Amino acid sequence: MLDKETLDRIKQEKKEWEEVRIAKLLEKRPERKDNFVTGSNAEINRLYTAADIENLDYLEDLGFPGEYPFTRGVQPTMYRGKFWTMRQYAGFATAEESNKRYKYLLEQGQTGLSVAFDLPTQIGYDSDHPLSEGEVGKVGVAIDSLKDMEILFDGIPLDKVSTSMTINAPAAVLLAMYIAVAEKQGVSADKLNGTIQNDILKEYIARGTYIFPTEPSMRLITNIFEYCSKEVPKWNTISISGYHIREAGSTASQEVAFTLADGIAYVDAAVKAGLGIDDFAPRLSFFFNAHNDLLEEVAKFRAARRLWAKIMKERFGAKDPRSMMMRFHTQTGGSTLTAQQPDNNIVRVAIQTLAAVLGGTQSLHTNSRDEALALPTEESVRIALRTQQIVAYESGVAETIDPLAGSYYVEAMTDRIEKEAMDYIKKIDELGGAPRAIDKGYIQKEIQDSAYRYQMEIEAGKRVVVGVNKFQIKEEPPKGLLKVDPSVGELQKKKLMELRSGRNNEETADRLQNLKKAAQGDSNLMPYILEAVRAYATLGEICGVLREVFGEYSQSVIL
Amino acid sequence: MDRPIRVLVAKPGLDGHDRGAKVIARALRDAGMEVIYTGLRQTPEQIVETAIQEDVDVVAMSILSGAHNHLFPRVVNLLRAKGAEDILVVGGGVIPDDDIPGLKEAGIAEIFTPGTPTSKAIEFIKANTRRLA
Repeated sequence: MLDKETLDRIKQEKKEWEEVRIAKLLEKRPERKDNFVTGSNAEINRLYTAADIENLDYLEDLGFPGEYPFTRGVQPTMYRGKFWTMRQYAGFATAEESNKRYKYLLEQGQTGLSVAFDLPTQIGYDSDHPLSEGEVGKVGVAIDSLKDMEILFDGIPLDKVSTSMTINAPAAVLLAMYIAVAEKQGVSADKLNGTIQNDILKEYIARGTYIFPTEPSMRLITNIFEYCSKEVPKWNTISISGYHIREAGSTASQEVAFTLADGIAYVDAAVKAGLGIDDFAPRLSFFFNAHNDLLEEVAKFRAARRLWAKIMKERFGAKDPRSMMMRFHTQTGGSTLTAQQPDNNIVRVAIQTLAAVLGGTQSLHTNSRDEALALPTEESVRIALRTQQIVAYESGVAETIDPLAGSYYVEAMTDRIEKEAMDYIKKIDELGGAPRAIDKGYIQKEIQDSAYRYQMEIEAGKRVVVGVNKFQIKEEPPKGLLKVDPSVGELQKKKLMELRSGRNNEETADRLQNLKKAAQGDSNLMPYILEAVRAYATLGEICGVLREVFGEYSQSVIL
Repeated sequence: MDRPIRVLVAKPGLDGHDRGAKVIARALRDAGMEVIYTGLRQTPEQIVETAIQEDVDVVAMSILSGAHNHLFPRVVNLLRAKGAEDILVVGGGVIPDDDIPGLKEAGIAEIFTPGTPTSKAIEFIKANTRRLA
């Protein structure tokens, strides 16, 4: 951004500074380490100057908030207009228990809901399925039918809150249940705000709650895109997720690369199914992680926004700026939490909160200090929420837009991450796109290599994790952890028995039969799923029908 | 030692978090062991069948979903029922301290919780594998 003469002088003087001043100093007093790297193992220079960003073109590369390429943020006024949505992911045991937790969080000033489902729900099994044994209500709430969903949102007006649901393979079914609950509250679908995760590719890559093979899964996803563009226009139809890719051990650049590669695959599938790019693309949303390397994470968010905008404009020819706008949710990094000295996690989460906010997130979940040990207690969740509120109201970082822009280091890193991500995307294109790259195990292998290297660095003491490999103390086992009542499984089974004897079973069977026929053909499945849900078909019955028609995904096991 | 220790790294239950399982599998392999990884969503029956078929010395399981009290002991019991009680069974994951005594009583030799270096798991397996003794 400076003229050539000034840049040359800076380069020259920096060279002299390093060769004379620094070299002499290092003889007497060496630096702490031979080489300095980011949390993602990228090399860090001693000092960044204007020469490190000499190719940066302000108008082209950064621009203005709310405008292409959205590097500085997606809304014109960002947090001066309104803060990000503070959204704590919660859910455990029964719908009754979780409903209580949601009401508590709303009373504490939380501004959106985020539903965690248990594993049987996420994998499309009812609570009485043999594989559900021991898992019911453990990592989230158990939902077997519309009945449970009615209880889950009892007393919560669905036209007033926005609800995010972490549900993927059976996303269509849970969305249908949500629409049906709203109907019963007298709220029409076009008034509903929220998000379903609906991102199957990262389930294959990193998270593991897949059901169907790739092709029918992609069909269900595009069916949802199409249905919502007409019937639920304010709904975020997918949350393309890097969060779990990072949790599985990827670097920051890999997180951006693999998430955007998945995004490209979804857009390709929808375009192939005949949807107009600007009809569905504005409802695509993203989900990223926030780890401890504050400045690298900020750069990551900025790079991701700029790269997605370019991809949508240049690769897919989107015309509507909203199609190019990467809106994202962030969650602080679960894998950075330590079981040792768990209160230290409050500090980690505060740093990660800053990263997300300085990176321009639209919503944020902050993890609780005790999550390396169990599901969080109410008190821990409150501290996590307060952390967001302190950053919002007291830290001052939300008072101007994208305050780290122009930092030599942050801009240089934004460029680096964008470039590294582009290189990966190119490689994935050569392999035939994300689904093929996943089948071949390429993406999984790249992530595993990073994860393994990271672990070995910790064990060699090259990376310090406070309280784990340095500054350890003798500790008493933590007290007061949340325990899920093991009787939840039995309770859900009982509720299912009552449901099956109380509903009109003939009607339920008919609607499941209709769904089956539709699945064998090529019509949009959403209306059929909604009909089955309204007749109180269970999640397991609906997914069972689809399993019969579609079969199941078989994982490629890569070591 | 005349042959390498054979280990089955297994993910019982519906939990999809396999970062730890894969890191451990690689660390054991780098320590000279032969490692088989089951992949996700294995029932206790499948794990025991694979363990016997592959003639392993150790079954190392990982769970982060909270279903450990249900699934770990079932694997031990099924191994016993098949006469394979000499296979060393260890577990890891997000497992509260309160649950560990019960799991050990049920026959899980050791539980490794978050933050454990892989070297510790390697040492434990080397010192406690019964089949090679």
